[in-house]
Formats: sequence, C-alpha cells, structure tokens
Amino acid sequence: MNLDTQQSPETAAPKQSLKAWLNSDVPASRFQANMVQLYSGWLKLVANPLAFLGFLILVGLLASAVFAPWLATADPVAQDLAARLTPPGTDGFILGSDELGRDIYSRIIYGSRITLLIVTLVAVTAPVFGLLVGTFAGYLGGWADEVLMRVTDVFLAFPKLVLALAFVAALGAGIENAILAISITAWPPYARIARAETLTIRNSDFISAVRLQGAGTLHIIVRHIWPLCLSSIIVRMTLDMAGIILTAAGLGFLGLGAQPPMPEWGAMISAGRKFILDQWWVATMPGLAIFIVSLGFNLLGDGLRDILDPKKSKS
Amino acid sequence: MNQPMLEVANLNVYFGEGGDIFQAVDSVSFKVKKGGSYGLVGESGSGKSTVLRAISGLIADWDGRICVEGEVLEPKREKAFYRKMQMVFQDPYASLHPRHTVDRILSEPLGLHGIGDVETRVLKALDDVGLGKAFRFRYPHQLSGGQRQRVAVARALMLEPQILLLDEPTSALDVSVQAEVLNLLSDLRTERNLTYLMVTHDLAVVAHMCEEIAVMSHGKVVEVMSVEQMRRSEPKEAYTRELLMASKGYDPEFFAGEAV
Amino acid sequence: MSEQETLLRVEDLWVRFPTRNGIVEAVRGISFAVGRERVGIVGESGSGKSMTGRSILRLIRPPGQMTAKEISFKGDNLLDYSERQMRDVRGHKISMVMQDPKFSLNPVMTVGKQISEAYRLHSGASRGDAKRKALEMLEAVQIREPERVYNSYPHEVSGGMGQRIMIAMMLIPDPDLLIADEPTSALDVTVQMRVLAIMDKLVKDRGMGLIFISHDLQLVSSFCDRVIIMYGGKIVETCKASELHNAKHPYTRGLLAALPQIDDPKAKLAVLDRDPVWRDQESVVAYD
Repeated sequence: MNLDTQQSPETAAPKQSLKAWLNSDVPASRFQANMVQLYSGWLKLVANPLAFLGFLILVGLLASAVFAPWLATADPVAQDLAARLTPPGTDGFILGSDELGRDIYSRIIYGSRITLLIVTLVAVTAPVFGLLVGTFAGYLGGWADEVLMRVTDVFLAFPKLVLALAFVAALGAGIENAILAISITAWPPYARIARAETLTIRNSDFISAVRLQGAGTLHIIVRHIWPLCLSSIIVRMTLDMAGIILTAAGLGFLGLGAQPPMPEWGAMISAGRKFILDQWWVATMPGLAIFIVSLGFNLLGDGLRDILDPKKSKS
Repeated sequence: MNQPMLEVANLNVYFGEGGDIFQAVDSVSFKVKKGGSYGLVGESGSGKSTVLRAISGLIADWDGRICVEGEVLEPKREKAFYRKMQMVFQDPYASLHPRHTVDRILSEPLGLHGIGDVETRVLKALDDVGLGKAFRFRYPHQLSGGQRQRVAVARALMLEPQILLLDEPTSALDVSVQAEVLNLLSDLRTERNLTYLMVTHDLAVVAHMCEEIAVMSHGKVVEVMSVEQMRRSEPKEAYTRELLMASKGYDPEFFAGEAV
Repeated sequence: MSEQETLLRVEDLWVRFPTRNGIVEAVRGISFAVGRERVGIVGESGSGKSMTGRSILRLIRPPGQMTAKEISFKGDNLLDYSERQMRDVRGHKISMVMQDPKFSLNPVMTVGKQISEAYRLHSGASRGDAKRKALEMLEAVQIREPERVYNSYPHEVSGGMGQRIMIAMMLIPDPDLLIADEPTSALDVTVQMRVLAIMDKLVKDRGMGLIFISHDLQLVSSFCDRVIIMYGGKIVETCKASELHNAKHPYTRGLLAALPQIDDPKAKLAVLDRDPVWRDQESVVAYD
C-alpha cells in the first residue's frame, strides 16, 4: 500500500502558490477537490488548440452580448433611408448598412444577445428534459421504459424544422415560441443518449453498493446516474448548438421567429436575400456571424468530447 | 444463545422468466454463527455470488428461507435491514462511483440513514481501514487498487453492520495487497465481532479466512467441511479434490491427459 | 537445460510512456535470454512484465517508445526489421496468446475461418489444406468436436474453449517461440490446469520456447523451468523454478510469504514492506 504518499494536510496546506494548491494530490477540503478537478479540465482545454479557439469564440459571443451598447457604433433599429445599402467600410458603416439604412455591424452585435438567449434557453430546457426522460426510462425499465421511449420515437420521427414549424404555426410567430418549438424538437436525442448511458451504469457494482445502503430510486438516479450522463449530454449539446442556431435562423428566415425590427441573424439574412447579387453584404455579414458561432460550438464540442471522456482522465 | 446469525435454508434462485427459466441456485442451506466466518467456494457459474446477492437483497427472484438473527427476510428489504448487513464487492475499480470523492462515498450512507456526526465518523472510518485523512477528498482514480478496496470496506462499515458479505474481495488485487486487505478484514472481525460470509474461488484465501467451507458446483452445495478437514486434505468429493490440487499449482501428472 | 540454443536475446530494453506529468518508465533496462525452455516472467501490476512481452514483438503502441541495444531472434536483430518483416515474424515465428480470448478473436467470423486464415496467411496453403490443418490443431488442443467448434462463432464457446482456440491459432504456423501473457488468469482454476496441460504438451512435443507472463508465483514456479521476477520495470531476481523457495531477494521472499497457504495456517499474513532501494538497484541480467 502506498501509505508513503500520505502526508498530513497541515504541513502541506499553508504558504503554497495557487498553482500548487490547484495541482494538489491531497486536497484538504471539498472545495479544493472540486477546484483541482476544474483546473485539470481547464489545462486539458488549453492544451487542445482547436477546442480553445472554440471556447474563445464563445467567450467573444458572450462579451458582445454583454457589452453590446458599448461595442455597437449605432442604434441597431435606427433607420436612415438616405444611407440605405451602403457598402462596408463607408461613412462609418463598418459592415455596411441594410435596405433601411441600419448599421449591420451594430445589428449583428445586438443580434448576439438574441442568439445567446436562444442558445441558453434551449440548453436549459431540452437536455434537462431529455436527461430526465432517458435516465428514468433506463433505470426503471419495463413498461415505464416502453412508454417513455415510444413517445421519444414519435418525436424523433419528425424532421426537426417541420415539427418546429408546426409548433410555431400553432403557437404564433415570435422569438419565445420559436425557442419553445426548438426545445420541444431537440430533447429526444438527449433522452436516447441518457437512456443508453443509464443502461450501462445501472448494473454496475457502485450502483448495487448504494442500493445496499438503502438508497431509493430517485436518490440513485439524481445523485449517481446523472453525474455520469452529464458529460456525454454536454458534448452532444455543444455539438447541437450549431444546429439550434441554424434552426432559429431558419425560423427567422421564414418569418416565423424573431419579428422585425429585432436584429435576429436569420431574419437579417432573409431580408438581405433580395439584394444578394448587388448588395452581397446585407445577407453575408449575418451569415458569417452564424457560421463563426456555429463553428465555435462545434470545435468546443469536439474538444469536450476528449476532455470529458472518463477513460482518458486517468492522472 | 445458540441462534445462528445468518441462516439460509432451501434457497433457490431463478433467472429469466416464462419458458426460458434458469435455476442458478438449487436448494442451498447453511448456517453462520455469530462472529463466525463462512466460506462459499466454487468456480464461475457455480452460483456462489448469486447466493450472496439474494441474501443482500440485490436479487429478489428467489424462494426458500433467509433468516438474520432468527428474523425471516422478505425479498424486498426495509431500509433498517441495511444497517445490519453490508457487502464488499469484488472489483474495487467498479464498486466506487468514479465522480465521487472518498468523502462523499463514505458520508452517503450516513446521510441516507440520518446519522449525524458525519465528519468524525468519516475520519474514524478512514483511520480504521488504515488510510489517513489525507485520502478524504481524493477521487477513486487517484487511488491504487488496494486503497480503493480499503475505501469499499470503510463504506461497508459506515452503518456499523453485524454481517459483512464479502464477494471475492481480493481477487482483483496483487498478492502483496491481498495480504494487507485480508489482514485488515481479519482484524476488523475480531475487533467488532463481525460475522463474515465470504465468496471466493481461491481455496487458500478461504482457508485463511473461514472456519467452515461449503463447496458449490452448478448451483448446489456439493460438500461442507471444516477448515481443519480441508487442511488435512480430506475432501470426500472428487470435485473438491480437484479444486484443492489446482490451488497448489500445476501438477503435470494430475492434469495431463485429461480432456474437458 | 538440454538445449543450449538461444532463441531470443534481449539486451537493455526500455519502454517509456510520455504523460502529462513527465515520462513514465515501464521497463527500465532489462536483459534476458530464452532458449527452447519455459521461462516464467512474474511480477505484480505495474512491474512491466506485459510491456516486456509486447516489446519483443514490437507491439508497443505510440506514444509509448521502446528502445533496446538488441532484441535478437535466432541471431537476427528484430530492431533492424521493417514493419513488413515484423508482420512475418509475428504469428509465424513468434506467437502471442493474450489474457482474454474474447478480445482476441473476431466476433463476426467463425472460429475455424480465423484459424485457417491465420495459417493461410503465413503458409500460402490452399483452403482445403488450411481447413484440414485447422481441424487437426483443434484436436491437438483436445477439443472433442472439432467440426462443430470450427463452424461456431467466438461467443458460442466457453472461456476455456476460447483460450484453447487461441492456442491452436497461435501454434498452427509452428512458431519457435510462444509468448503467453496471463493466458489462463481469466479461467476457472480447474479449467486453467487443463489448458496449461495442453500448452505444456504442445510446447514439449514441438521443442518450442515459451515465455509465460503471470502474476501467479505459485503457478509459474510449478509450470516453468526458469523464473524471472520483475519489480518496478527491472529484473530483481532470476532462478530455476525449482529453487524459487530459496529465493534471496527480499521482494521475492516477501511475495512468497504474503501468499496464504492451505496447509500452513497463519494468524496473520506477512505484509510486503517495499524498500525504495529496490527501484534503484541494478537490473539483474537473466541470460541463463
């Protein structure tokens, strides 16, 4: 037994640098143990250049949403018909202006708020619901599994955009309903992943062990199974985000998402479509924004898959 | 009082349902006295681990009688039952939650049963199994196999049970580490007057740990003997003899020429 | 040893793995030789015994790195071979049996097809000949109904049967040296003994060399002619298997004492006290 590695925390704790504290093999508190885990994840993220680039892009998205009033050069909804369809780089329009003379750069900056809103709301609804359905179906088995998974299958059977369209049509156009519709169409894959993970976890010895301590079903699912499903759900979520942004943009493009004059990127492309040949920048600039943010999510998702893989996290 | 601590009578365990039913355990009976240590020996598929799982309540599909201190157990267990009986699993790499710290693993049973004084109890448990408090906030992947098994033993003892079910507790460990864990288990038994029911395929281990031994094959107990009988190599059954021979190493004369 | 011919000679073998926390040295400068005999390599997990077996066939996967002054097989230095030449050596001249047959057999191909393919690859025999040879080999590992087993899939056979199939597959090209890495530890004791008996007989009849890698001191000492004991990537001791109970190194003695014995009851098992000095000691040269 390697009792020789044991040292009393009193001698180890004081006067260390923060880095040593974060690298400690013998964390002295629950808080430090969590921080050590976080720090080792951070190191792995930094060591993966593409994932880190994705991470930076998302930090950029967050920054532009938070600091929009300071970053924007003009009011995103202020019209100036005299300056309509100005090419990029002229008269203070960094990325040009649209058919109503609004500054495209400022609209994209403010539009990041809408994108972030969509992403956040979908991220806190669809995966959570999927996780709930999947883990209960997987752990309980039997008829509960049958019922929950058949419902999931029904939702999976529809093409995403068509289902979202149907919901928006029923609920009425608007950004909130678009988000709701996307969430409703986005959860089934999470349920499937969570169920598959649960099936492999539920017969493992550590679940048997906690059952033998008298733990109930709810306790086991929430405290023991969820943490293990979380990493694959997070990976899937980041990879899905690109698709979700595109769906939201698609709804906006069809006029069923954000309503004018909201600077939603999809709606902006839709508006710019009419001028695509002569005034290319009107549709291209928001398109680029969608592309970059989607790329950011994809890069981060790919990287997280490696970082969160427990098989590789041996120290 | 001569009442056995654990009594199993005519235990049958079935797997599967309908026409595809398989009887894994076939009328197994034995008694373990308080403070005693009983060994179930057999090869894979002999049903030895299944007996353990039925007693612990992990398997509900059985019939027969299982009594603890004269009290008959139902397939479905009350929460209080688990304060009487706990289990240590075979593979310490699979029996600890990979995302929980040692601290969380050890304090969880206390929380589930509303036992206070968590901090002192966790520290004492770590001390009792020969790990120090430095191990408290580590994750399982930061521990060696032997250290993990010590954590698993500590967890099983958190609720201060009287009976410990041991499912091949050292078969995944190196020889030198096995010795440490076996010594720990023997010490704990003497200190706390625990009752052990141990399942293993290793006759040497069972001879070291147990006073009475039942040999299982194909779901049945084929022979029951005391450890002294086994030491004197006096098994009556051919199968037991073969197990004994095999445990002493390779003997070309005994095994050559035999086809399976 | 009646045969003095050296089949394999390894000199100053190192295996290193770069990790986030620096380079881990799994094998640290060991030298040994194997003739037409049964040599057991014993050690606990992390001793480097499996890496040693893999290094001989140059099967260390990147980022792991293997270096040696010499790994010669029948006088040819395997380190000079191209990857293509190595493929010819693997399975043809040196075979390897791994711990779990379930992972070594292709699950979607029948057992017989896998054996005869293995044979055809090296010998270029016709399908008919290969099948005949495969059935012969299945019989040699004492499988009662070779025809039935020939046509079955890996999941349809038991663990002991699977391991015998692996042995049949590895021995069919008539290699000079067989490396067996824990070939029976996944099996029940009684099955284990039968598989060993088969391996024993085949190795003896064919005059092959055998490297038997295992954690089981007792098994190795009863099965092999010579024992190499590894600790921390080095060889700490080597001796005749029959002389193992007279081992001198404290590690070997500690391991022996830690084993519970049926006929020698002790209240407490001896606990191995690992001396840090062992890790820094010079590796013992085990040429004979």
